[in-house]
Amino acid sequence: MSVDVLPLDASSSPLAFWSYFLDHRSTDLGWLWDHTWLSVVPVVVGLVLALPLGWLARRHAWVYPPMMSVTGLLYTIPSIALFVLIPPLFGLSVLSPLQVPIALSVYSTSLLVRVVADGLAAVPSETVQAATALGYRPLARFTRVELPIAVPVITAGLRVAIVANVSIVAVAGTIGLDNLGRLFDQGFTLSVNEPYYPPIVLGIVLCVLLALVLDAVVLVVDRLLTPWRRAVAAR
Amino acid sequence: MIRFDAATKRYPDGTVAVDQLTLEAPSGAITVLVGPSGCGKTTSLRMVNRMIEPTSGTVWLDDTDTASLPAHELRRRIGYVIQNAGLFPHRTVLDNVATVPLLLGEDRRRARASALELVERVGLDPALAKRYPAQLSGGQQQRVGVARALAADPPVMLMDEPFSAVDPVVREQLQDEFLRLQGELGKTIVFVTHDIDEAIKLGDQVAVLRVGGTLAQLATPAELLARPIDAFVAGFVGRDRGYRALAFAHGRNLPVREEPTVAVGSSHPGSAAGLAGWILAVDAERRPQGWLPTADELDETVTDSRLHRGGTLATQGGALRSALDACLSSPSGRGVVVDDDGRLLGSVTAREVLELIEERER
Repeated sequence: MSVDVLPLDASSSPLAFWSYFLDHRSTDLGWLWDHTWLSVVPVVVGLVLALPLGWLARRHAWVYPPMMSVTGLLYTIPSIALFVLIPPLFGLSVLSPLQVPIALSVYSTSLLVRVVADGLAAVPSETVQAATALGYRPLARFTRVELPIAVPVITAGLRVAIVANVSIVAVAGTIGLDNLGRLFDQGFTLSVNEPYYPPIVLGIVLCVLLALVLDAVVLVVDRLLTPWRRAVAAR
Repeated sequence: MIRFDAATKRYPDGTVAVDQLTLEAPSGAITVLVGPSGCGKTTSLRMVNRMIEPTSGTVWLDDTDTASLPAHELRRRIGYVIQNAGLFPHRTVLDNVATVPLLLGEDRRRARASALELVERVGLDPALAKRYPAQLSGGQQQRVGVARALAADPPVMLMDEPFSAVDPVVREQLQDEFLRLQGELGKTIVFVTHDIDEAIKLGDQVAVLRVGGTLAQLATPAELLARPIDAFVAGFVGRDRGYRALAFAHGRNLPVREEPTVAVGSSHPGSAAGLAGWILAVDAERRPQGWLPTADELDETVTDSRLHRGGTLATQGGALRSALDACLSSPSGRGVVVDDDGRLLGSVTAREVLELIEERER
């Protein structure tokens, strides 16, 4: 394959995105890195916030319905609107490196509160009772018994959240924040007279690869945390 | 010793689950709480370790008011076994059993070593120690539940229908082993069941509760069968009370008569003269195998397939109920009596057992 230094001429080849990548490697890798941490950090923040909130929703039955309404509502706010709304709300500049992580943390938290609450609800009640009766105090019972047993449900939610984030982060690229979304912006800008696909295809390929890798990472973590589930299959 | 002193549980909606329960569960004995659903037996049990707090009244653990201790400290002193075991699915059998010692701050290695001993003590193969609960049968899980409750060697155990979720054969094994274990350990046990037969089999004393959470009768199993205090208890204890009470009556002097035998595998059973229809077949150790009809060709080889196996066995010194049952179930009408090793002592007739029953002090 010949590597054309003029990307415009090579745009007809289906692998043209690869030459495009090689030509702009350092920028693209920078964006890939930005995209990665923008996808991951909000999920971590979301999980940290969702654990106590989900515990609360599980602990007090009356908290669950309003909490689910609020989190559901937050999740329906269009991402672009949230990106624009966050700087004034948090006193940040219009294009701040924090607005995307904040917005995505809101989404991740919203998604994961329900996941954590439902995961805890799936812990068999006799197991919780036994833990109480054996003398676990509430916090230790939560961290040592209920949470470990809820891991499969929670990691399933984390996989959804992290993949959703990869896609939402790209939206932020179109308003000029650095991440793989910028490739779509570039493709749009370069398509003046006729469509120019390589940066767009590259953006899609890198986003999909990133989503697959992050999903696999969560899956590996899940398997490391739950050896007891595979033991069941080996019965 | 556990003592309920006018313990009452009233819910905010006005429902009274337990009403002025006063009851003592003596040290080293099994006290069974039994009754129909809604009688407050589980609520009463849970008031002991404060899974449920009494609305009024006191539950004493020896000389300590249970309300005076932090709940988690109280609970670590009390073993607890529930239906379906309630094991931690994410921990191995060994770590399940080691739970309370670890909570009490024992080091992991020692806790696991003593957990392994307990696993064997409750009759489990130590090879199961590394497995997870989902890899065990219901009966095995229940044994792990018992081992876990025993791990910190608490003087007191609470058991909430621990054997009701397993099939009848396994349940009987678990009950027998539980009694054997209790014989060695002598814990103070409060045991909840809805099954009166289980209550009568396991209890040193049985408390029958009625719906509304009041104590109807507290008595030994034999007393409960012989003298139910009112129609409710009589109805709950059920039919065949007279016959079942014989399980607590012991005939130390069964008038055992020598019983002619043939050996399984022999072809020459010897004289069958004077035997009314049946001759007892025994193995080389003189353990009864079954009855051979004398109408059969006696010079044919005595094989297993020719034996009638309907008769149950009574042990010398055992309960009169099993002696009578041995007679009633035997095709020859002669009940087979064996020693503790299962070897033939001789036979006894229903009439003779009935005479013993009539002679017995009422």
